[in-house]
Amino acid sequence: MTRALAFLTRRRGGPGSIGGWHWTDVVTFFWLGGGLILMFGPALWLILSSFKSPAQLAEFPPSALPYEARTAVVEGYDRPLPLYVVQDEAGTRTLAEVRRVGTVAQMVDPANPGEIQKVNIANRTPDREVGFAVENYTEPFLHFDFLLYLQNSVFVTTVATLITLLTNSMAAFALSKYQFPGRAVVMLVVLATLMIPLSVILVPLYSIISGLGLFNSLWGVILPTVATPTGIFLLRQYMLTIPDELLEAARMDHASEWQIYWRIVLPLTAPALAVLAIFSVVWRWNDFLWPLVVLSRKEVYTLQVGLNTYAGELNVQWHFILAMTVVTMIPVVLVFIFLQRFITAGIAGSGLK
Amino acid sequence: MGQLDLHGITKSFGTVDVLKGIDLTVQKGELVVFVGPSGCGKSTLLRMIAGLDQPTGGRIEIDGRDVTAVSAADRGLAMVFQSYALYPHMTVRANMAFGLQNTRMPKAEVEARIADAARMLEIEPLLERRPGQLSGGQRQRVAIGRAIVRRPTAFLLDEPLSNLDAELRVTMRAELSALHARLGATMIHVTHDQVEAMTMADRIVVLRAGRIEQVDTPLNLYNAPANLFVAGFIGAPGMNLWAGKAVGGRVQLDGGPEISLPGAADGPMTIGLRPQHLRLAQNGPLRATVALTEALGSETVVHCAFDGGAPVLAVIPGQPPLKRGDAIAMDFDAASLHVFDGTGQRVTA
Repeated sequence: MTRALAFLTRRRGGPGSIGGWHWTDVVTFFWLGGGLILMFGPALWLILSSFKSPAQLAEFPPSALPYEARTAVVEGYDRPLPLYVVQDEAGTRTLAEVRRVGTVAQMVDPANPGEIQKVNIANRTPDREVGFAVENYTEPFLHFDFLLYLQNSVFVTTVATLITLLTNSMAAFALSKYQFPGRAVVMLVVLATLMIPLSVILVPLYSIISGLGLFNSLWGVILPTVATPTGIFLLRQYMLTIPDELLEAARMDHASEWQIYWRIVLPLTAPALAVLAIFSVVWRWNDFLWPLVVLSRKEVYTLQVGLNTYAGELNVQWHFILAMTVVTMIPVVLVFIFLQRFITAGIAGSGLK
Repeated sequence: MGQLDLHGITKSFGTVDVLKGIDLTVQKGELVVFVGPSGCGKSTLLRMIAGLDQPTGGRIEIDGRDVTAVSAADRGLAMVFQSYALYPHMTVRANMAFGLQNTRMPKAEVEARIADAARMLEIEPLLERRPGQLSGGQRQRVAIGRAIVRRPTAFLLDEPLSNLDAELRVTMRAELSALHARLGATMIHVTHDQVEAMTMADRIVVLRAGRIEQVDTPLNLYNAPANLFVAGFIGAPGMNLWAGKAVGGRVQLDGGPEISLPGAADGPMTIGLRPQHLRLAQNGPLRATVALTEALGSETVVHCAFDGGAPVLAVIPGQPPLKRGDAIAMDFDAASLHVFDGTGQRVTA
């Protein structure tokens, strides 16, 4: 712990510094600190807000931490009453609110429930403590089809990733290890599709899927996404580094072309495959627009589309959206935490992001 | 099993002719070394024998069967690559088993063959390791082991020793020769190192620029090189080659002395003399000035120049007290002279 602290507060110091702070120290801490806030601020805000009640979310100015009003069970009243700290000429005390009429609240002292006190609402502040509105999380699990959506999302992500790895690696193998006329053109065409965003091909793609009868089917979400130019390029660049002599040795060893692909090239491409798998999982998990277009029945919604049902025309249930957003983020965050070594290697190796 | 015939093999990459008609027969059980400078086409030729490349023209026969159109896998040959080409993700055992599994050989047989080869090459303790955990020499053995287990008609070795350090190369050279003797299999070994060729080969094929310059046993190549190229290529240090002009039984060397050579046809020619065949002699006909000496202990390599300026290399046994600038005289036996005509071909006396 002390070593970590020493590492984090380490400075260049030395000549030209004022009080141990060289100007590069100041710039570095400012830059990195700013970056940290910029990157983690929104995520932290999301997580904290996901534990706030709807009323608190609507509050202005917003508070950083989620709070809950403290309540007290007072003799003679059925419901627990919210507590307020009242500060007026009679002194500072904690009272429970019975009802409010205009700017005047009728309050009782929990210790003396018989006597009603009238307090101007300007003289009181809610008595709150840090508390987490866990029901934001539990409610959707109980009443919202979260588990069904999760199942759909997991299915789409897993199957799409597997097919992506298989088809892209086969394409990359052909484009990197076989000499045939038009190879460069094919590669160029594949890469050129990077320039075409989904929104451009959305309508024709929809007609194809609809024509194939894949509308409202998870396969309609999966199939159009599995051939990725990024994946082919990334794998091809990696496969180019596998020496041809290995393939020739395998050929001398009676291996068929399929065996060369499956038993030699694929295992050796594992690091690049890992990178593509991570990318694919993140892409497919976070996909929103295309599933939204293809899926119109609730039973086949993926998580991201399902979340959208909380945003109605008149009423947006922010507390549920925030909470479920946190839940849907978890797999992606886990992927990044455990596999970031591969991700950085992949980005460095392919020059892509 | 194991005779190999090449008939008029040619190979072109685009407009570049890499091989210009190769005819060669490798006898069963022979160790033939292809040697030549880089770019001479020796590796290309080997790859075509292996079936990894197709010749542009010509025919390849193994044991009398035309295999020109047969795939690499079905020629029954095994190849050891320069980089060894071991599958890095497989253990040594899996590397050796891969080729056998692909032919659907029963497991017990595979195991038996691997055990045999591992014992022969002394790599038994390494069987469960991966190539990355092996030293260069060990990888070399595994690569050879992978070839041996296949029981091939012939072994093709593409510069297998070039990635080893000098000391290991000498050891592995001897081991390869011993292996050849034990297996009795046909082997074709490609190298650019003429010492390797001389020490290992039953016969050497000297290649240059896509043509065979000479095919013969190492000593015949050394004693009677067929042309200037072979003369200069075989032997270390290289043969002294002096251009000159013959007139009436005497040869005037360019930048050197005149040598008597009875029976020589008049005209331009080249005289070759191995450095080992020169000896110091008080009144020898070759007078030169020492430029550099390399004392190797048992012998001394003397770089010197004729008074006319032509360079001379001499290997003198022992440790003669010579130093830079010394004037020396040397002699030789007329029988050790190699004579080449104006086109560079050997003139047989």
